[in-house]
Amino acid sequence: MNIHEYQAKKILAQYGVAVPRGGVAHSATGAIYQANELGGDKWIVKAQVHSGARGKAGGVKLCESPKEISQFCDQFLGNNLVTNQTGPEGKMVSSIYVEEATDIIKELYFSIVLDRATQKVTLVVSTEGGMDIEQVAEEMPEKINKIRIDPSVGMQPFQARQLVFTLGLPNEAIGSASRAVMKCYRAFRDTDANLLEINPLVLTSGNKVLALDAKMSFDANALYRRPEIFEFHDKTQQDIREINAAEHDLNYIGLEGNIGCLINGAGLAMATMDMIQHAGGEPANFLDIGGGASAQRVATSIELVLSDENVEAILVNIFAGINRCDWVAQGIVDLLNKRDIDVPLVVRLSGTNVEKGQKILRDSGKKVITAETLSDAAHTVVAEWKKSTGK
Amino acid sequence: MSIFINEKTPVLVQGLTGRMGSFHAQEMIDYGTNVVAGVTPGKGGTTHLGRPVFNTVKDAVEATGAEASIIFVPPAYAADGIMEAAEGGIKYCVSITDGIPTHDMIRVKRYLFARAKPEDRMILTGPNCAGTISPGKAMLGIMPGHIYKQGNVGLIGRSGTLGYEAASQMKELGIGISTGVGIGGDPINGSSFVEILKHFEQDDETEAVLIIGEIGGPQEAEAAEYFQKHMTKPMAAYIAGLTAPPGRLMGHAGAIVNSSGESAAEKVEMLEDAGVMVSPTPSDMGATMAKLLKV
Repeated sequence: MNIHEYQAKKILAQYGVAVPRGGVAHSATGAIYQANELGGDKWIVKAQVHSGARGKAGGVKLCESPKEISQFCDQFLGNNLVTNQTGPEGKMVSSIYVEEATDIIKELYFSIVLDRATQKVTLVVSTEGGMDIEQVAEEMPEKINKIRIDPSVGMQPFQARQLVFTLGLPNEAIGSASRAVMKCYRAFRDTDANLLEINPLVLTSGNKVLALDAKMSFDANALYRRPEIFEFHDKTQQDIREINAAEHDLNYIGLEGNIGCLINGAGLAMATMDMIQHAGGEPANFLDIGGGASAQRVATSIELVLSDENVEAILVNIFAGINRCDWVAQGIVDLLNKRDIDVPLVVRLSGTNVEKGQKILRDSGKKVITAETLSDAAHTVVAEWKKSTGK
Repeated sequence: MSIFINEKTPVLVQGLTGRMGSFHAQEMIDYGTNVVAGVTPGKGGTTHLGRPVFNTVKDAVEATGAEASIIFVPPAYAADGIMEAAEGGIKYCVSITDGIPTHDMIRVKRYLFARAKPEDRMILTGPNCAGTISPGKAMLGIMPGHIYKQGNVGLIGRSGTLGYEAASQMKELGIGISTGVGIGGDPINGSSFVEILKHFEQDDETEAVLIIGEIGGPQEAEAAEYFQKHMTKPMAAYIAGLTAPPGRLMGHAGAIVNSSGESAAEKVEMLEDAGVMVSPTPSDMGATMAKLLKV
């Protein structure tokens, strides 16, 4: 689960990490109020969306008057901000963060990640702050330094110092930078985070070390024990189809194509999407209905797929292990008894109770096109889609 | 020999008396698996599915000589269950549970690593997997056993249902499996492809290996390197997620492209460069293996 910059800074501040003073607002009036509270005559205003690269997209601005702040809010609040990470739709800006301006001597990069190769929490620093770290890794790998944490004892202060000494900071700043690193580690550890990125971490003219930006992401599997983190969940940052799916505990990701799909198992779902593309179509979504899906759940899933206006054909591909083909078939028939589906519906059933499932579909008298194999299923749905749309 | 389990392996079911545990333990028994006991804290001394139930893994191992364990406990308690299995003397453990927090798995891995020398270390596969099956012999999982034909191909997959797809495609072509191992869809898993490949390379009954990977993480790249440097047996592969958008979590907690080398296209290229025969589509997994085996 992702959160906003201002929320991440709130968490970091709770752990004693220095962040610029700031306040969040949901209207132009509110933003000007926050600026007045902060005082001064320069403010950084930032559109809050779950995405990086906001600055390049115009979503971060240095404002020198309330009028400028007001203009910025009018431009962004209630609209979608499109960055090179959000996709063409962009993401809704429903809050603006107003911060005091900071005088920056040096910009650094700092992050904490779960490194899958070593299966350890890993801290990453670089002197090249403000840049995309992947680009630094490619072009100047020598400018990146890492430290891995032994999970049985956690991070030690000497490790923080080792990292900080690679950053070329003045001696006066070493202590505060090392402490900031330790505090960030604690915040990461205590919140079940899987990413904490501060880019840039800056050195100010007073030799203070400050988190100028902050991005945090959390393990969805651990939210049950982090209710305070789940509070930060912001539905406006998700595709409406995905929100509906989440309400039914379904795993759905909206894509750009026309062929809706409904599959059990994440791997098979990805493979089926690939197969659809191979057959000449484009998937409209990823949807894993999971194990042990009831007839009701199957019906709900089809309705969800159909709620996407771009869907012009549907493929149901089930390889039942814990699932049962007869339940899936019953769910399809129940839905077709309730409503008509005016796009081609191709169903491939395999595994547990496959004969029972196929019989239910046959006996229903409904217009369901069946397929035997994964390849058949993908080619059939693409052919039917072309036939019915003339594409 | 198959790897990890055969018809004789005495198996323990952690969480035997729960709904999931009961259902799948019965399926495993029906398949012919030598299930000897269950563990449910607080229900020690009772009997379930005709098997004795113990309070702790240690008690169960002492009383029954169980060597393998399968864990059906909810995500919040699963990490604890895995560590208890290791401490209790289990040699091979399958964790089915989906949704174990990643930080818990990091601790589990450290615990397994620190408590024993490599040769004595408990082997863990999963979590978030369909389990392991040695067709015709024993099943430690939730898969439909009848779709697996006994034979000589080692199967390793991150996805459960895609593993079923591969097994049934191979069966259709008359190709059987020595052991099918699910390593699971989580970012931190008990065993990687490489760790399982080492066992298949040593196994007399296994002639070739099929690995089923997907987007995210470094384990397919490691497998490619291991294959090139250390394996004498031929290997085929399929990688799911060519159409998956970067930065999005595709169902499995580990299926996300975060950095270079983690996309399906890059993994396919690395495997092909290493000399692995890669199936172009998910419906060609069986045919690719047939070609590799020249059957």
